[in-house]
Formats: sequence, C-alpha cells, structure tokens
Amino acid sequence: MAAEIGQVALILAFLTALFQGAAPLVGGAPLQASTRIAALVQGGLILIAFLSLTYVHAVSDFSVVNVVENSHSAKPFVYKLSGVWGNHEGSMLLWALILALYGAALAIPGQFSTLKAMTLSVQGMIAAAFIAFILFTSNPFARVFPAPADGMDLNPLLQDPGLAIHPPFLYLGYVGFSLTFAYAVAGLITGKVDAAWARAVRPWALAAWVFLTIGIALGSWWAYYELGWGGFWAWDPVENASFMPWLAGTALIHSIRVVEKREALKVWTVLLAIMAFSLSLVGTFLVRSGVLTSVHAFAVDPTRGVFILAILAAVTGGSLALFALRAPLLQSRAGFQPVSREGAILLNNVFLVTACATVFIGTFYPLFIDVLTGTRISVGAPYFNASFLPFMALMLVFLAPGAALAWKKGRLKPAIERLWPALAAAGAIGVIAAWLSWPGPVIAALGAGLAIWAGGGAILDLLIRIKAFSSPLGAAFGRIATLPRAYLGMTIAHIGLAVVIIGIIGAGAWRTEVVRFMEEGDVISVGGFDARLERVVEAAGPNYTAERAVFSIERGGAILRDLTTERRFYPVRAMQTTEAGIWTMARGDLYLTLGEKSETAGWAVRAFFNPFAVWMWIGAGLMALGGGVAAVNAPRRLSRRTQTISANAAAVPAASQGATP
Amino acid sequence: MKRMVFLAPLALFVVLGIYFAVGLTRDPSYMPSALIDQPLPVFDLAAIEGEERGFATSDLDGEVALINFFGSWCISCIVEHPVLMDIAAREEVIIAGIDWKDKPGAGARWLEQRGNPYDFIGDDPTGRTAIDFGITGAPETFIIDRKGRIRYRFAGPITPLIWKRDLKPLVEQLRQEGDDGP
Repeated sequence: MAAEIGQVALILAFLTALFQGAAPLVGGAPLQASTRIAALVQGGLILIAFLSLTYVHAVSDFSVVNVVENSHSAKPFVYKLSGVWGNHEGSMLLWALILALYGAALAIPGQFSTLKAMTLSVQGMIAAAFIAFILFTSNPFARVFPAPADGMDLNPLLQDPGLAIHPPFLYLGYVGFSLTFAYAVAGLITGKVDAAWARAVRPWALAAWVFLTIGIALGSWWAYYELGWGGFWAWDPVENASFMPWLAGTALIHSIRVVEKREALKVWTVLLAIMAFSLSLVGTFLVRSGVLTSVHAFAVDPTRGVFILAILAAVTGGSLALFALRAPLLQSRAGFQPVSREGAILLNNVFLVTACATVFIGTFYPLFIDVLTGTRISVGAPYFNASFLPFMALMLVFLAPGAALAWKKGRLKPAIERLWPALAAAGAIGVIAAWLSWPGPVIAALGAGLAIWAGGGAILDLLIRIKAFSSPLGAAFGRIATLPRAYLGMTIAHIGLAVVIIGIIGAGAWRTEVVRFMEEGDVISVGGFDARLERVVEAAGPNYTAERAVFSIERGGAILRDLTTERRFYPVRAMQTTEAGIWTMARGDLYLTLGEKSETAGWAVRAFFNPFAVWMWIGAGLMALGGGVAAVNAPRRLSRRTQTISANAAAVPAASQGATP
Repeated sequence: MKRMVFLAPLALFVVLGIYFAVGLTRDPSYMPSALIDQPLPVFDLAAIEGEERGFATSDLDGEVALINFFGSWCISCIVEHPVLMDIAAREEVIIAGIDWKDKPGAGARWLEQRGNPYDFIGDDPTGRTAIDFGITGAPETFIIDRKGRIRYRFAGPITPLIWKRDLKPLVEQLRQEGDDGP
C-alpha cells in the first residue's frame, strides 16, 4: 500500500511542479502568488513519496523491486534507512526531495516578489524534469510478483556510516546550486541583477557550498578508511564530478560578494551561477549514464543517460541562450582598479575557473578521444596533479594579500608589509619542511610554505583588526563579535583551506608505506611505530563474517594501545570489504589493513603512516563553518550591520584600509 | 563583436553536448582487441594447486568456449563469480579459467570457498599467457568459436544483463555456425 501512496504522491508532485513552473510566466499577480503555494504543496508531496519509500525499506517489503535489489532482512536497520538512497532510483528521489525542500524553504519566509516568483518557476521546471525522469526511467515503487523471500542486500561498501550520510550532503550541495541558478535565470528575465539580488542569492550559494564541502569531505574520508588503499582522492571521474561544481561554486561565492558590495562583475556572476548548477547536472549525467567508466558506476542504463542529457540540454542550453540574449543588458555600475578587493576576487575567479577547466578537460578527454578516433585512453592522477596544482599554488600566493586589500582601490605594498610575519613564518616552515622530509619532494615543502602564508596571513590580518597587538587580550577578543560576519566567515574558511592543504600534502606526498607478510607475533614498523600482530580471529556481524586482526602498537618498546583491522566477507553479495585500523593523531594517522593469508608466509599486511591526515577533515570542517558564519548575514539586520561596519571601519581605518598613510 | 562574447558559452556548450550525445552511444567497457578473428594464442598451462588438470589450447578443440581471466586478489572477480556459476549451471558452454598472477594455492582456495564454475583451469602465475592475450585487467573474458578463433573480448565483470544481451546471443550464434558446419 505504501508503495502505491508514494507512486500517486509522485505523480501529483509532477503535476504540481508543472503548474509551479508555468504559473508565473503566463499569469499576473494572483498566479504569481500561487507559485508559493505550489512550491509548498510539491514539497509536501515529494516528502510523502520519500517517506513511503523509506517505509517499505524499513519494513523490508520484498514485493517492491527496489527493496529486493538493495536490501536484505538481516541488514542492520540504519542501513535499511540509508539503503533508500543507496541505489539509483532512491537517490534520484532524494535529489527531487532536496530540490523540493529548497523550493519550499525559499517560498516560506519573507516578502514575495516577482524575482522570487520567477525563481520558484525555474525551480518548478527543474523539479518537473527530474520527477518525470524518476517516473519514466527510474521508478522506485515498481512491484514484483511473486515476492521473493529475501533481498539481494545493499552493496557492502555502502554499508557504512560515512557513506550513509555522504549522498544527502552531496545532494544538498548539488541541488542547492539549483537555487542560485534559478535566481540567475530570474535575474536575466527581469533584467535586475543588483545588490538586492546578490543579498538574496548569497546565503543560498553559501549554503550549497557548505553542504558540498561537507559532502566531498565525507566521500573522501569514506574512501580513505573504507577502501583500504591509504589514499583519499583518486581523480576518479565521479570524484571530479563533485569537485567541478565545488570549484565553480567557490568562484561564485566570491564574485557574488562583488555584486553585493560594488554592483560589478554581474555578467560573470550570473555565468558562474549557471556553470555551478550545470556542472552539478553534468555530474549527475556522468554517474547515472555510465558514459565514463568509474568505480562509482555500479549500474548504468543508456536510456537514463539520454534523459539526463535532455535535461542538461534544456537547463544549460536554455539558460545560456537566455544569457546570450539578456546578459548584454546587465551593466556594471562601478569600475574598479586592478589592485583592489574586487581585482583580487577576479584573479581568484580566474584561477578557480581555469583549475575547474583543467579538471573538466582531464575528466572528459577520454570521451572526446573516443568520439573522435575510437581509441580508448585514460587520464590519470599525474595529469591532474601537474595541471591543477599549479593554479592552486598561484591562488595561495595571492590569497592573503588579496583578502587584505580594500574595496575599490587598494594598495598592494602596504598589505604585504603588514603581513610580513606570516611571510617569514611561511619561508621558515617551508625550509624546515624541506629539510625534515628530505629526500621527499621539495615542491611539497613549498606547498606547505604557501599554506602557512595563506593561513598565517588570514590569522595575522584578523589579529591586527581586533588590535590584539595593541590592546588587552580580553578586549581584543571581545572585538571578534563586532567584526562583519562576512569577514569572519572568510577568515575561518581561508584558515580551513590552509589546514586542508597541509593535510593533503602530508597524507599525499609525505606518506610512508610498508607491505609484508606477517605471522602472529611479527612486527611491522612504519612512521616510528612498531605494530605487533597479536592475533587474527574470526568474527561475525549481522550480515557478514570477518577476519579480525589485533595489533599492539609500540614505540621504543613501550606498548601504547591496540589497533584492530578487519576484512569482511558479505555472503549475499559475495563481496569483501576492508575496515582499516586507523590511529588518528594530530601529527598523522597510523593506518593498518589486513590482506590475504598466504599458506607459507602468513598474512599480507599493509601499514601506512599518513602525516597530518586528520587535518584534511578538520580543515574541511573549518571551511564549512566559515561558509556558515558568512551565510547568516540576515538581510533584515542589514542596516544595523552596515552601521557596525562603518563604526568599526572608523575605529580602525589603518587596518581596514591596509595602509598607514 | 560584443554579442559574440555572450554567445561563446552557448556555442561551447553545444559542442560539449554533441560529444556527450555521441559518447552515450559508446560502451565504456568495450575494448577493441587486435586479436578478434585471430587464432587463440598457443599455451599449455599447468594445473593450479589441488587440481589435476591444467589448461591448454588443444583442450578446446571444436567447442565454443569462454576463457575467463581471474585472480583471487581481484575484487571485481568476486562480483562476477556468481554470474559465472549461474552460466555454468544453466548453459551448455565450456568455461575455461586462467588464474592470473596468483600466489600458489590462493586460486584453489578461492574456488573452494565460492564454488568452481570452470571446466578447465590453467595457472598463469607469471602472467605470460595474459600478455599473449593482451589483457588489461581482471576479470576479462574471451569468446572462442569452434575453429579456435577469438571472436569477442569483454573487459570487466560479466553481469547478468551483459550475459543476456551481448554474450549469450553470440555464443548461440557461434554454436549454430559450427552445427551448420563449414
């Protein structure tokens, strides 16, 4: 019964979305206002459909195909719930749900304007397309008769807490860019892209960016501890699919600030908003069509690819056609000097978009070559590292001084002079890192120095602004509360970026790996630690059996702790997974995995020491936090905030101008 | 001129869209092989530990067969394994396995644990025969006709859909070819 309720709700949601898309375009004020109701109704209907699917998964109703294919009666309950989106049909329904929830969240608060009606209309059209996609190619509610006795279980790699929450965050990010996209299209239609437009869009752009940041970090974290190869990022097409919208989105949250403050870079910002969502759709196309081989393409179907390509053509093609027609009418109000905050943001945008383009080319190059010549090639990590990282390095060079520049017209020399202690620290740490990591790559040490320059510069600028060097500590830190939220958020996020980069350099370039066969009692040494294989025991979980190895970790003869690693076997899917044993410390992760047993030599054990690995996740958390802090710049309190800003600026003119005349 | 700048993103997207559309018609797991319609490489492989018989080119004389490269170290082979078991149980086609770059005994234990779908198994611990076949990874499967020629190559795990849609019709056609008898 629940499946039928879900099916009907989905059909009604499709009709409502059609109405929501069409109403503001054909009608006057009353029809416009009804868009708001339609968005709420559509949200409610999709929620009912999603809850219906959750229900049939929760009670293991094996008369529903989706449950049979992705669940098993013995599966832990939490994974019965996460199994709802652990498959193609359910994940598309989650996509539609998040889209509808964003629409409803936009519809509920505040005043209703033409801009909002148009935005909701665009949202409605996207929703209609995706619900149609679900109804016609990926129905999660299809029944099977007679019902089998039990299901085929969920892919065991997905039975993991990290991956259970990874898709919702990723989709909150992807789909969040649908709102900035809808705003951009509405802005093109109404011809009004101004400070008010930017104030309306910025929180949504930041929210989407925050969720996407968390989603990517979760995915990377999952790959790190679950796949058992000690790495965290492989430049796989599907990883790139989430990274490209993130890069475009990062450019967007910067440039949108310029529209808000200076009413410049309008055309560029609108284009970025279109790009960010289009790249999200490209990501969906990549994962769901199987057009490229990837570890993530578990099941693919070309008809779905055709449908998503049609959606992509309509959304991106349509919006870019509109862009070609209407963007020339968007006039920037103010010019600016190249050396200014706007100039720095534009430079940051150039780096980010170029970096995004290199990732795009690398990801799709095999496809282009295949279409042109029929040859199969693959593009690996060396290409991406060689083409992507230099742009990131350049960006880091300019990050700290750029963020310290004044709007409209800044001065570079005083900004750098003010930040010289950070520059000195960066140089010192770069040299020390090169010395300590020798004969490791010098370029990695240089990267570490750049991260210190960027992060240290952000911290130093903050300390100067709160007058930490010239007033009592308590008073100085009290001033943090009076700082503009946008500035505070930016600083936190920039520090987070520096922390992430140190983690990436540590775990990527400085990691050490040892592989050997071990009998019980043998010792493997890595990163200054000795891991003694105490015992290997058989263990059983609810739907798997496992070989569990217990190591005791020693350093200089002293026993520090135990570390356990597992190799699991899931009989229903006949699959094995690795549960790495990880000891996380600030200076690095000790990482152990258990491999096959050889008749003669014992167990194959891989041991890694990944310096600063945990910094990646902490840094990503800081970036997300920074985005969140910057997002809660409530428009209603804007006037008061502006006063605070000007009062603050008056109090510390030298600091905020970056110069002492 | 200024107009052209604003049209550029659309033009770029149209080009990309064409690539995507054509790309959709390509099967990413399809790997062209220089060996198609060529006779099978000559090999005579020893038995894996615990088995009596090895696998040699001459074993397939006049039969349509699948030759499947696998290894106990290969995760995708675990995914593919139940499908092969199913084909072995239901279909009249010879399935030969070549245990690729495995440690002594590992392949036998792997099959003991999961069941053995193979009519012949050869041991290729050094990967020499795999090089003759030009394989790129495991699992990889070749379809051999009655004259001992390679007719099809599939890289990656065979799924029930791929078996039903691509491989099975070819196997049946090849059996017909033999029955009509040139």
